[in-house]
Amino acid sequence: MSALLKLTGVETYIGRYHILQGVDFEVPEGQTTMLLGRNGAGKTTTLRTIMGLWEAKSGSISLAGEPIEKLSTPDIAQRGVGYVPESMAVFSDLTVKENLVLAARNGPLDDAQLAWIFGFFPALKKFWLSRAGSLSGGQKQMLSIARAIVEPRKLLLIDEPTKGLAPAIVMSLIECLKEIKRRGATILLVEQNFHAARELGDQVLVMDNGTIVHRGEMAALAADVPLQERLLGLSLEAHQ
Amino acid sequence: MMILSGDPPRSRALSILLVVILLALLATPFVFPGAKALNVAAKICIFAALVASYDLLLGYTGSVSFAHTMFYGIGSYAIAIALYGLGPSWTSVAVAVVAGLPLALLLALAIGLFSLRVEAIFFAMITLAVASAFLVLASQLSWLTGGEDGRSFQLPELLRPGTVFIGKEWFGFPINGRILTYYLVLSACALMVLALLRVVNSPFGRVLQAIRENRFRAEALGYRTVFHLTYANCIAAMVAACAGMLNALWLRYAGPDTSLAFSIMLDILLMVVIGGMGTIYGAVIGAAIFILAQNYLQALMSIASTAASEAGLPLLPGLLHPDRWLLWLGLLFIASVYFFPTGVVGRLRGKPAAKH
Repeated sequence: MSALLKLTGVETYIGRYHILQGVDFEVPEGQTTMLLGRNGAGKTTTLRTIMGLWEAKSGSISLAGEPIEKLSTPDIAQRGVGYVPESMAVFSDLTVKENLVLAARNGPLDDAQLAWIFGFFPALKKFWLSRAGSLSGGQKQMLSIARAIVEPRKLLLIDEPTKGLAPAIVMSLIECLKEIKRRGATILLVEQNFHAARELGDQVLVMDNGTIVHRGEMAALAADVPLQERLLGLSLEAHQ
Repeated sequence: MMILSGDPPRSRALSILLVVILLALLATPFVFPGAKALNVAAKICIFAALVASYDLLLGYTGSVSFAHTMFYGIGSYAIAIALYGLGPSWTSVAVAVVAGLPLALLLALAIGLFSLRVEAIFFAMITLAVASAFLVLASQLSWLTGGEDGRSFQLPELLRPGTVFIGKEWFGFPINGRILTYYLVLSACALMVLALLRVVNSPFGRVLQAIRENRFRAEALGYRTVFHLTYANCIAAMVAACAGMLNALWLRYAGPDTSLAFSIMLDILLMVVIGGMGTIYGAVIGAAIFILAQNYLQALMSIASTAASEAGLPLLPGLLHPDRWLLWLGLLFIASVYFFPTGVVGRLRGKPAAKH
């Protein structure tokens, strides 16, 4: 399987803090790669650096073989990278419809794609003309993901989609992400929820102190509790 | 409704208020004869368009600009210089439009591309510096602008008060070029407000709202926010310049005090806040309330003070003395911001106060 995204020696500073200290990894095309690690390990900074929201001081980032580390965020998005930030990032003053129309940059909303989204996020259809700010936390997260998939993307960067959500909502989000995966999407997913990680991940990367300390298959890590405890400080079961 | 770009007032009280203002403006020459009423009505029209254009920046993108009066001044001076220099003809008006609008556009483009890439405060500071420089320039280039005295000029014949279309026998007062100018101002301003309503309800307007809420998030969707902000700055500048042109045509004069002064900038800010930021309708309401208070509060206080004095009430006659009208105007604004934190339109539409 060829690598769609490749990071080599990426270093990022936020102010005077050296956050990413030489990050190297590949995200294989058509697979879901989980990015795990303790709080403050640099997972969100990694996604934001890929997206161009933080500048990579050194190293290279390539998407489908093309370097993107010098591109601006809109250029990276226009090359087919969808980003779902953490904390239910919707445009609160706009309606659900307007949020999705905004994300569909290449023309009007595709009816078939919309029907597919409504299939696992029926709440979005129900609140179609409501302000996004008036939705519940779970609905906002659904909208945030729907915005990233309203048009086909080469790569999806998703940051802790289940954070702070009720278990029932988490289950429905996992089903949605599985469906997106079945359609052949390539996903780099930051997730703390073990159940979600095990269900969705093909590959896994573990970060610590701004570097990748483990890479391999998700199933292997899920089966190796001592390795989990060594890498993450506790077993993944305890992350739930 | 097509004319309102699918964005109706969404409140019965607001609809009634807007209809009353519109009818009053339409009927002013016939119902409220006299120069003062007509001046106040024309000023409301011009400021409604000017404030709406400023709201496109402040309310829809969150950018604070201090250069709005500069664009207003460019429009005013373009008309004044052209009509003064080339004579009172429609060709001169056309020359003013052809010279003034591109100048405003180019300046807005340069300021936007230079300063909208970075923090909002930097944009505010740049606009303040450029506007101050322009004010000094307008005062210094007295051979062109008339300096501190400004430029008075004659209008094309059709718009002159002396040009009578219908004599006194029909309405009790003549329908002349002055009234034609008023309706020209009213219809041009109404068109500008409707055009801005169209802009904010277009896909472009949605992107502006997204940028206002979270610029990085909008960029992550693939929008080049600096260009969107610059386009908004250019549109706002063009409308401000048009409003300035109408103001000069109405006053038959352009000078620093009527078009470039920072006090006008403060008035615009107050009108946006009173009417409600991020609502083009708020510009109409804010302009009407502010300009009516500015022009009639003193007279109202005089009546109230006399009445209180005749009733033998203590303290009140002094407090309501017409000389203290600015104090009461200030108190009115504080009260309006306190009781209507989202502006009159926000309150009437039932929009909750923004949480930060």
